[in-house]
Amino acid sequence: MSTIRTRRLRTALVVPAMIASAALVLVGCGARAGDTAEPAASGSAASESCVDTSGDTIKLGFLNSLTGGMAISEQTVSNVLHMAADEINADGGILGKEIEYIQEDGATDWPTFAEKTEKLLTQDCVGAIFGGWTSSSRKAVKPVVEEHNGLFFYPVQYEGLESSPNIYYTGATTNQQIIPALDFLAAEGVETLFLAGSDYVFPRTANAIIKLYAEELGIEIVGEEYVPLDKDDWTTQVAKIVAADPDYVFNTINGSSNVGFVKAYYDAGLTPDTTPIISVSIAEEEAPAMGHEVTGNYASWNYFQSMDTPNNPAFIERWQAYPGSSGVTSDPMEAAYISLYLYKALVEAAGSFDVDAINAAAIENEITVDAPEGVVTLNGENHHISKPGNIGRINADNQFDIVWSSDGFIEPDPYLEQYEWFPADVRDALVAAAG
Amino acid sequence: MDALIPPLLNGTALGALLLLAALGLTLTFGQMGVINMAHGEFIMAGAFIAYLTQLVVTSVNMSILLALPLAFLGAGLLGLLLEVGIIQWMYRRPLDTLLVTVGVSLILQQVALQIFPAQGVPVESPDWLDGQINVFGYGWPLRQAFTILLATLCLIALAAWLKYTSFGRRIRATVQNRDLAETSGIRTRTIDRLTFFVGSGLAGVAGVAASLIGGTNSQMGTQYIIPAFLVVVAGGIGQIKGTVIAALAFGIALSYFADWTTGSMAQVLAFVMLVIFLQFRPQGLFTVRTRGLT
Repeated sequence: MSTIRTRRLRTALVVPAMIASAALVLVGCGARAGDTAEPAASGSAASESCVDTSGDTIKLGFLNSLTGGMAISEQTVSNVLHMAADEINADGGILGKEIEYIQEDGATDWPTFAEKTEKLLTQDCVGAIFGGWTSSSRKAVKPVVEEHNGLFFYPVQYEGLESSPNIYYTGATTNQQIIPALDFLAAEGVETLFLAGSDYVFPRTANAIIKLYAEELGIEIVGEEYVPLDKDDWTTQVAKIVAADPDYVFNTINGSSNVGFVKAYYDAGLTPDTTPIISVSIAEEEAPAMGHEVTGNYASWNYFQSMDTPNNPAFIERWQAYPGSSGVTSDPMEAAYISLYLYKALVEAAGSFDVDAINAAAIENEITVDAPEGVVTLNGENHHISKPGNIGRINADNQFDIVWSSDGFIEPDPYLEQYEWFPADVRDALVAAAG
Repeated sequence: MDALIPPLLNGTALGALLLLAALGLTLTFGQMGVINMAHGEFIMAGAFIAYLTQLVVTSVNMSILLALPLAFLGAGLLGLLLEVGIIQWMYRRPLDTLLVTVGVSLILQQVALQIFPAQGVPVESPDWLDGQINVFGYGWPLRQAFTILLATLCLIALAAWLKYTSFGRRIRATVQNRDLAETSGIRTRTIDRLTFFVGSGLAGVAGVAASLIGGTNSQMGTQYIIPAFLVVVAGGIGQIKGTVIAALAFGIALSYFADWTTGSMAQVLAFVMLVIFLQFRPQGLFTVRTRGLT
């Protein structure tokens, strides 16, 4: 019920904005709209775009935390966005216009993300914004891009249950990462599972979904533990894992807390031989930073550096040669790389930098990007992309040997509407809880 | 009975780590009255020194032992730099000290972020910490016992230093009455610097212990600073025995709460407990007359 209501509300907000900018397109595409618009006095002025497409450059905003706790992850996203922009510029730009990017620091502070989004949209007049990592940063950006009818490209796997006309999601939603992980566990004959997560929206939502699907698969959940994102000590919780003796541990811990978990796991005498970990946040960059070798444990991602696809070797080579590169490629950075190419494909399909034209083109055309993970297809309705589900096993080089793959690319289903075991009332409750 | 053992042991170890983080504060905050919010970053410095030592001395069995004195020295020198460079001009302005050291802590975090890989660096445990002790059927990680041992040794060393050495006597004299100490010929400025050096150095040792438990990265200090201050306040400012009792009680309570509920709920419950305690006993467990630098 509440889903429908919120969607209607959203439509109610978006329709006038669409009309306003559609009128603008009629007035003159390519003109600098900001020149003629009244200063934000009337309500609709805020949603008018001031993107300047008259020159031979197009401004884009990159919004990543370069300082604070999330710089740990977002610096790489920022670097790979720069690389993608350089590549596109070397190749003739977007619709013949060179990308002029404006890098902003979200500073791991969610109000700053909202503030910088506003600045990028209304002062810098960028065509689209790329970045964000945590769900909190995305949720801070969302109302601002919706108000100003801007575009935001979000590159990280997340908890799903969201779609916005102003956001494109190039990371996995739950049915492309969490559900494949459970399919893999079921194929392995797993009977008992322990859930360990950081205490915020992604692990809570992911575990709610895991519990429902595990019941469907006949996997028993023998424990569920949460530790705050900023706390590293997992010793007490790992003692509970030892006592519960599960077949696998499903790890939705994020950030530095993962290091504490891995150390506590090995210090307690657990090993991947008896109780392997399957995680959704340890990738090529994180694996060597654990302070203990993690060989033999698993991770569920869509992209691995070890993937054997036509585009991957060249992508890895370019990234390793790029200044400021971390040397390894990983899923979120690959998704960020896709996001800029997805924008390019959308603009070219629309023949315009106008947001409504882009959204219309997303529905009318089949937009694809020939990505390192394979050819991904955009779902124009929910703004997510198709992805292959892969399970990797960590080897001694901290790379992942792919041990299981989904049957082809998985269509994005952020609201898990095609899964019968996911009841509508749970969906509504989770959507309401996520805000 | 079995279920009661793991939280007791792990809580004691958690308390020991907290004690290591707070011991330095009993000197700088407790004895000198300086609210140094960059203390957490001295912990971080200690952890990074453990990592750097590991790069030079590749045998992990040796490098951790070597890292302990090096981290003490490194973090101590950082503290000395902070005292000489900034804090000495602010002894009569506690609020300014607080704000300035918050700034220093942010600067140190960013410096670490610039120098080291953003996702943190791996500090490996020595082989002799690999394993468990069987306590009534519970395989207690050796690392936990090591933390307790380290905290005990630091505690004994600090207590003995304060009680039996001439430096210790001078520190206590300065704390009890600065003017009288000065008239008796004690160079109180030197004492201030030395106290700050030792207090910060202890944070470095805590950092080595922390690097074996969690991640070593630019943000790691932030998770220890608030609990460490609270433990010092709850124990009674300037009272080492109070800090010991408060740290252990807090750690053990946190572990039992975590055992009964979840890790997040445990944090809430433990802090609620602490707030209630401070409502009824704002002066902490024990009290002492401090010299009141303000």
